[in-house]
Amino acid sequence: MTGPIIPLDQLKLGTRARIAAIDWAALGDSEANRLKHFGFDEDVMVVPLHLGPFGRDPLAVRVGRMTVAIRKAQARAIKVSTEAA
Amino acid sequence: MNPVPLVAVAGNPNAGKSALFNALTGARQKVGNYPGVTVERHVGKAVLPDGSPVELVDLPGAYGLDPTSPDEAVTRDVLLGRQKGERLPQALLIVVDASNLDNHLRFTLQLIDLGLPTVVALNMIDLAKRDGLELDARKLEEELGVPVIETVAVRKRGMAEVMGRLGALLTQPRKIRAGEGPASDLLTLQRRARQIAMGAIVRETPVRRITHRLDGILLHPFAGPIILAAIMFLMFQAVFTWSVVPADALEAATLAAGNWIGNALPPGPLRSMIVDGLFAGVGAVIVFLPQILILFAFILVLESTGYMVRAAFIMDRLMSHAGLSGRAFIPLLSSFACAVPGIMATRTIDDPKDRLTTILVAPLMTCSARLPVYTLVIAAFIPAITVGPGIGLQGLVLFGLYIAGIAGALLAALVLRRTVVRGGGGHFMMELPKYQMPRLTDVAIGLWQRAAIFLKRAGTIILATTIVLWALASFPQAGPGEKQSDVSIAGHIADGIHAVVAPIGFNKDISLALLPAMAAREVAVAAIGTVYSLDAGNEQGLQTLEQRLSGRWSLATALAFLAWFVFAPQCISTIAVTRRETNGWRWPLFMVSYLFVLAYFAAGATYWTAVAFGLG
Repeated sequence: MTGPIIPLDQLKLGTRARIAAIDWAALGDSEANRLKHFGFDEDVMVVPLHLGPFGRDPLAVRVGRMTVAIRKAQARAIKVSTEAA
Repeated sequence: MNPVPLVAVAGNPNAGKSALFNALTGARQKVGNYPGVTVERHVGKAVLPDGSPVELVDLPGAYGLDPTSPDEAVTRDVLLGRQKGERLPQALLIVVDASNLDNHLRFTLQLIDLGLPTVVALNMIDLAKRDGLELDARKLEEELGVPVIETVAVRKRGMAEVMGRLGALLTQPRKIRAGEGPASDLLTLQRRARQIAMGAIVRETPVRRITHRLDGILLHPFAGPIILAAIMFLMFQAVFTWSVVPADALEAATLAAGNWIGNALPPGPLRSMIVDGLFAGVGAVIVFLPQILILFAFILVLESTGYMVRAAFIMDRLMSHAGLSGRAFIPLLSSFACAVPGIMATRTIDDPKDRLTTILVAPLMTCSARLPVYTLVIAAFIPAITVGPGIGLQGLVLFGLYIAGIAGALLAALVLRRTVVRGGGGHFMMELPKYQMPRLTDVAIGLWQRAAIFLKRAGTIILATTIVLWALASFPQAGPGEKQSDVSIAGHIADGIHAVVAPIGFNKDISLALLPAMAAREVAVAAIGTVYSLDAGNEQGLQTLEQRLSGRWSLATALAFLAWFVFAPQCISTIAVTRRETNGWRWPLFMVSYLFVLAYFAAGATYWTAVAFGLG
């Protein structure tokens, strides 16, 4: 059972989710490359962990075994599905 | 003659690569530059088990062979034998973080594909265990087809084995087929890396990781920014207060040495040059070594603990309002030590417009070369009283000057982003590494390198300008009843500058100091030191510069002088590095002009305001 598919920036902090799709076309070349370097890929598990204190941006995300910071504008291109319990 | 074999040390950022490089080479390192680019080249010497020497080069951390920054481009070019100023390495030492295998193995696979004789260091194996991860190095070795050695670089664990394996590979003749690595696409490599990592994990016990807990506090929406501000404040107070004892000792030693040599030499031009030029000038700058080292120690510690990236995370949103990204925070913070490494650190900013803006405002960050100027003037004019528990007024003024620089930089960035550097930008992507205890030897090596650079500057640029200035200020000699600084050649040059800066409250002594201070800001202190020392004549012996200063300048002039130095682009090295980093004269010239205009008006506004309040 999978939950609805939502953009990563709308996922509640601390919720584990599986990447369903990444809209590579919505990202610039170097942004897309960096996301791949960080290990963003379909079927990878992510957990949003922290938000920047000013204006709730950027977003710290656990991806695989790494924690990375991306801005919400980029997080929006990553679509995730939460596992229903 | 065959050159010593070269081993390239490569790996992802945050794999502990530099710690391993330090553990293998110790203090036998050299820092240089690759020709044509401003990427630092770190090489060090080590000895193989059979006693033969080997050279190690610490390549910039990279995520892959498809560069997104100049640093990563150097890593790729060295490994493909295309980098000017570097021979093709005979072997490769890949450093991976044991607790981040799924990610680091992707780059490792790319590197192994290059076909160089390779050893993999499975580094920070202790931290992986702390995180409940148990790995099978032999399994990994089978999958990768190259030797894998468990290491803990910070405790020098596994170092002998690494050197042993490298030695075996280097003595074994083997055909190198570098430069023809099969180009698999990133996602395919990543999936293969994840598979291998999965296979190498024997057991995984979920534990609540220390990093996660610390981030809960340090990235907390309320506590985070407060802690960041407190750390910054502590840093600036420390620079001022902890340095007092060693700086006083250095000052006393220079005074004593100057007086001793002065008494030992017969009166004449030689004695004047040594006492008034060398000791008063260069000595005045050397005194600031403790402060510069304390500042660098803070920056190095913050970097090696992993906190610096968190600071960038906290600041990103605010910096984005000024048209910068959180990535600019680290170059700008480094610029507090020196704008030259700060501007060089902008290479990690992948957006060209973001990067240019950061370069243009970096000189506004209060660099350590301004400290000599600030501390001298503050010590001479601001009373050493406390205005609260643990808060000295002098430290507070210094903090204010730093804030003025930061505010100036943010405003300048905002204006630049809307005028000359429009467009681009909009992303911030950084890895938040695990927290680590600062590695004392690594901090010590970093500090040693900075101290050596500072002392080299003091021994060359500052010494040369001080002696030239001494000559200009000493001749022709003043007759009876005349002031030396009025009749000398320097005095006449200063008259010209004085005409321009008199409206903003600068006296002739300051005008005299501004010209040599173009070489480097701290020379201003040396220059004032030399001039006052000459004016004082021989009979008084050496007095401290503060004592001489406080009687001669009004408070308004002193404050205007401080305001000037917040903005003025007085540093040849910064201008030179800006030219190199922007490939031409256009941007450095623009930078120098806008900063001088800002400096003039800031000093003017300060002076006129102070005079209006009766401080003139």
